[in-house]
Amino acid sequence: MASFRDQGVVLRTTRLGEADRIITLITPEHGKVRAVAKGVRKTKSKLAGSLDLVTHVSLACWKGRELDVITQADVIDVFRAIREDLDKMPVAFTMIETVDHVALERHPMPELFKMLVGALSTLASEGGAVLLGAFLWKLLALEGVSPVVDRCTSCGEPAELVAFDESLGGFLCRSCRSGQAVTPEAVTLVRQILGGRLRQALAEPPSRATAEVERLATLATEYHLDRRLRSAHTSSSLP
Amino acid sequence: MSVFAGPIQELVDELGRLPGIGPKSAQRIAFHILEVPKEEAVRLATAISGVKDRIRLCERCFNVGEAALCAVCSDSRRDSSIVCVVEDPRDIVAVERTREFHGTYHVLGGALNPIEGVGPDQLRVRDLLGRLEPEGVAEVIICTNPNLEGEATAMYLARLLGPLGTKVTRIASGLPVGGDLEYADELTLGRALVGRRQMAT
Repeated sequence: MASFRDQGVVLRTTRLGEADRIITLITPEHGKVRAVAKGVRKTKSKLAGSLDLVTHVSLACWKGRELDVITQADVIDVFRAIREDLDKMPVAFTMIETVDHVALERHPMPELFKMLVGALSTLASEGGAVLLGAFLWKLLALEGVSPVVDRCTSCGEPAELVAFDESLGGFLCRSCRSGQAVTPEAVTLVRQILGGRLRQALAEPPSRATAEVERLATLATEYHLDRRLRSAHTSSSLP
Repeated sequence: MSVFAGPIQELVDELGRLPGIGPKSAQRIAFHILEVPKEEAVRLATAISGVKDRIRLCERCFNVGEAALCAVCSDSRRDSSIVCVVEDPRDIVAVERTREFHGTYHVLGGALNPIEGVGPDQLRVRDLLGRLEPEGVAEVIICTNPNLEGEATAMYLARLLGPLGTKVTRIASGLPVGGDLEYADELTLGRALVGRRQMAT
């Protein structure tokens, strides 16, 4: 049986049998990996602490036909600050849920992996009101469905953009407007995120515009994935 | 097309629905049942229907039991001022085995898991809030699993119950008895260090 080594971030865990779990990870070299962690639900398992959700690990697996088997997992980063903060946790949940839907099995995805680790590290260290929105917009750009943000999606005129329509794939001017109304501040923020000025956008304090950017990004992502992001909606009921 | 005679195939199909039982195992169990004396098979059937007829959820803590109140809630020797919050009735069995806890329980029915769509409204949080004052609860021990979902639930409950003036505690995390330090992961070992206890001055 062939074995492989890679890094990974745990996206999902599902109970299997008595004491095992199926662990879904995003890895740079092998894309989405679904692997069995044997005995991981027992308290004495040496794998358990390394294979909790949102953990960055270095792992060794046996390759299986359908599911691989994890033989070793060493923690690289547990993102402790996320685990200890009820406000950061929902953001991390939405990030891993989205990556789980986007990632392809056994297909190298180094950019997606790097983006997720980078976003989780930023979330753990400094956070940022627009971080989740920025992550989703960047992810859509990586998927090849970056929104049109420099001109009107419909007529192509470089006019003031006042609306966003996820089904048309971008922002719209006053005469072509459809979908959601947007504020100029939100348009500026999305331009910064997608135009290489991410750091500047992340420094923005929480405001109506940052909330708007996150809402639009969720809308666009759900349209692209053709499914609801459960964590984005469930988390909003937390106090 | 069914391979076996009607009743056997029915049994194989029903057994195959059980968790962790594949078609081959279902077939093996079905033939085992066919071979054993009738009384043994009837005992199994009675046990299955009995559990569905007689077992209900406790009105107070949502543990499984035979009466309106479970064995723990109806025991007058238990201290109702301390409530241990667990995810699942099976966790009560685990805590009871320690013989260290003499309070009562509250079963949440899961843990917060936004990815699976489980939010506070899907858990029995409101019922827990409703128990605090009438039962004079002084301490709530949060005994959810030490994983991300369990920690999220614990932090959520702490945030919710803290302002109400109830003492909220979380079970300690640390190394398993008989375990080897060398194999401990950094998160567990880190928590064991943070939660260390004094042995001498």
